[in-house]
Amino acid sequence: MLLENLRIALRSILANPMRSFLTTLGIIIGVAAVIGVVSIVQGLNFWIAGQLQGVGATYIRVDPRQDPTDPDLVGRGVTLTYEDGFALLERVPELEAFTPIAFRSDRVRRRDRTSTPFILGVGSSFQEVTNTWVERGRFLTAIDEHSNARVCVIGDKVAEDLELGVDPLGAEITIGANVFTVVGVMEKLGQILGANRDSLVVIPFTTAREMYGEESVKQFFRLDFKARSADAVARAKDLMSEILRRRHGLTGTMANDFEVTLQEELLETTSSILGAVTKVVGAVVGIALLVGGIGIMNIMLVTVRERTREIGIRKAVGARRADVLVQFLIEAVTLSALGGAIGIGGGWGLGAIGASAIPGFPSAHVPLWAILLGFGFATAVGVFFGVYPAAKAASVDPIEALRYE
Amino acid sequence: MLIEIRDLVKVYDMGSVQVRALDGVDFSVERGEYVAIMGPSGSGKSTLMNLIGCLDTPSSGSYTLNDQLVNELDDDALARIRNREIGFVFQTFNLLARTSALENVEVPLIYSGVSRQERHQRARKMLELVGLSDRMHHQPSELSGGQRQRVAVARALINEPSILLADEPTGNLDSRTGTEIMALFDELNRQGNTIVLVTHEEDIASHARRVVRLRDGKILEDRVRES
Repeated sequence: MLLENLRIALRSILANPMRSFLTTLGIIIGVAAVIGVVSIVQGLNFWIAGQLQGVGATYIRVDPRQDPTDPDLVGRGVTLTYEDGFALLERVPELEAFTPIAFRSDRVRRRDRTSTPFILGVGSSFQEVTNTWVERGRFLTAIDEHSNARVCVIGDKVAEDLELGVDPLGAEITIGANVFTVVGVMEKLGQILGANRDSLVVIPFTTAREMYGEESVKQFFRLDFKARSADAVARAKDLMSEILRRRHGLTGTMANDFEVTLQEELLETTSSILGAVTKVVGAVVGIALLVGGIGIMNIMLVTVRERTREIGIRKAVGARRADVLVQFLIEAVTLSALGGAIGIGGGWGLGAIGASAIPGFPSAHVPLWAILLGFGFATAVGVFFGVYPAAKAASVDPIEALRYE
Repeated sequence: MLIEIRDLVKVYDMGSVQVRALDGVDFSVERGEYVAIMGPSGSGKSTLMNLIGCLDTPSSGSYTLNDQLVNELDDDALARIRNREIGFVFQTFNLLARTSALENVEVPLIYSGVSRQERHQRARKMLELVGLSDRMHHQPSELSGGQRQRVAVARALINEPSILLADEPTGNLDSRTGTEIMALFDELNRQGNTIVLVTHEEDIASHARRVVRLRDGKILEDRVRES
C-alpha cells in the first residue's frame, strides 16, 4: 500500500516536472542555505578549534585595540610595543615567558623558485608560548634577537616550494631583498581543512622590525604570554591591564587601547560567534522552509482540485478516507523530500564554491547531522503542510466528485 | 434477497426548500436478476442508484444488502462494501488518466489489500474476459469509447461483486458500440451476475428482464417483461 502510494506520487510529480520543481524550489533553497552555511561554519570551527587547541590554559594574549568609534581612541595608532612585553614579564610574577608576533605575507626566493608564505617575526620564547616546536636544526635564540640576525626557521611547505632538498639547514633564501640562512625546520602542522599551516617563515622580531620598519610591523602585531599556572591567569590579566594602562598613560575612565584575552575567553568568543551565526541561519532557514511549505500546500490544494474526479473514482471503487489522505500526504512528503535531497546536493556545492572562493579560507565540511537535519526538516514540512490538502482530498464527496468536470 | 429496500426516503436540503428526491421507495432484487431502473431526469433514479451503490446514505428507511443493514454503517464500512459488493459502470467511463488499462482494472484490488502480483494476474484475466487482451498496456486516451467502457466493466467485475451497477453505460457510445456493450452485459447476466441498470432509453432497458419506472421519487411501475 505504501509502495503503491509512492508510485502514484512519483507518477503525479513526474507528470508535471516543471511545476513540481518550482513547487519545491522554496524547500530546495531553504535546505541548500542550511547545508551551505553549516558547511562553511563547520569548516571555520574546525580551523579555529585546531588553532586554539595547541595553546594551553596558561595562554594569555594581548592585542592592540583600535576602535574609531571610541572617542578615547580616535587618532591613536597602535600603542602596544615590544617593550611592553618585557615590562609585563618583569613586573607580573605570574608570567613565565612571552613572545611578540608580527604577521605579514612576503615573497621568498631561492634561485628561480618562489613561495609566498606568512612571515612571522617572533621572540626566542615563541616555541613554549605557542606550543609550536622546531623539528630539525634549532630555533631562534636570544642572541639572534639581539643581533638582528638574518636567520630563519621555515615550514615544511616552504622547503618544498623552494626545493631545498632533504637537508635545508644552512641553505640561503631571499626574503624581500635580504638573504637569510635557514637554521631550522618547524614541525609539520599539516593542513587544517585547506589552510596550509606549514607555509611559514619564522624570523627574529627585531630583524623583521629592521627590515619592514616599525609602523609596518605593527599592522598585524600582538604579544603572546605564558603564565606559570592555569590558576594564575585571571590575576595576571588584572595586573597586566593595570601596568599597561600606566605605561600607555591612560587615566581615569579612559578606555583601554589594548585587549588582554585568556585562552578560555578566546574559546568562548569563538563559540558565541558561531552560536550567533547558527541562530541567524536557523531563523533564515525557518522562514525559507515556511515559505517553501506554503508553496507545497498551495500546489497540493491545486492538485487536489484538479484530481477531484480521480478521488471520486478511487472512493467509488472502495478507497477509504484514510487511503485518500495517505495518498496525498505521501505525495506532499515525496515532493518536499525530493526538494530536500536536491537542496542538500546544492548546498554542498554552494559551501564548496563559497569556501574555495575566499583565499585561505578553510574548506567546507558537511557533517552527517546537517544532512539528516536538512532532509528531516524538508520531510517534516511536507507532512505539516501536506495534511490540510490531504484532509481536503479525503473529505471529497464521491457523488460530487464523479460529476466534476 | 440480495437487495431489500423499505420505505426509502432521501431529502436534499436546498437552503429554503427541501427536495424529496426519493419519497418512500420499496424495492427488492434477487440474486441473478437483470433490472432496469427508468425514469425521466429528476425522477430520483440517480439518487436511488447512489443509495444502492452505497455512495450516499438515506434520510430514512432501510436498505439491506446481502443481509447487512447498510443505512447504519459508517464511512469506512461503506467504502468496504463499495469495494467488495458493488461494481460501478459509469456513463463517462471514469477511468484514471495516464494509467494503463491493466492498472485501471487493478485499482479496486489495491484497496482490498491484494498483492501486486495477484492484482496483475487477476486484472489480466478480467481484461481477457471483456476481450481486451491486446490493449492491456494502453492508456484510456489511446482507447476507443467502447474499449474504455470494457475496461470499466472489467474494473467493476474484478472483485466479484454482488451487483453490477451501471449508470447509462451506453450514454457516451455510438449505437453500434452501445449494442456491443449491452451484449456484454447480457452475457454477464447469463453467467449469473446481478445487474442493475439505470437508463432513460427504452432500447437499453429492453435488455433487462424487469423494468422499474420512477417518477417524482416514487415507483410508478415494477414489471417483469414477458419474454
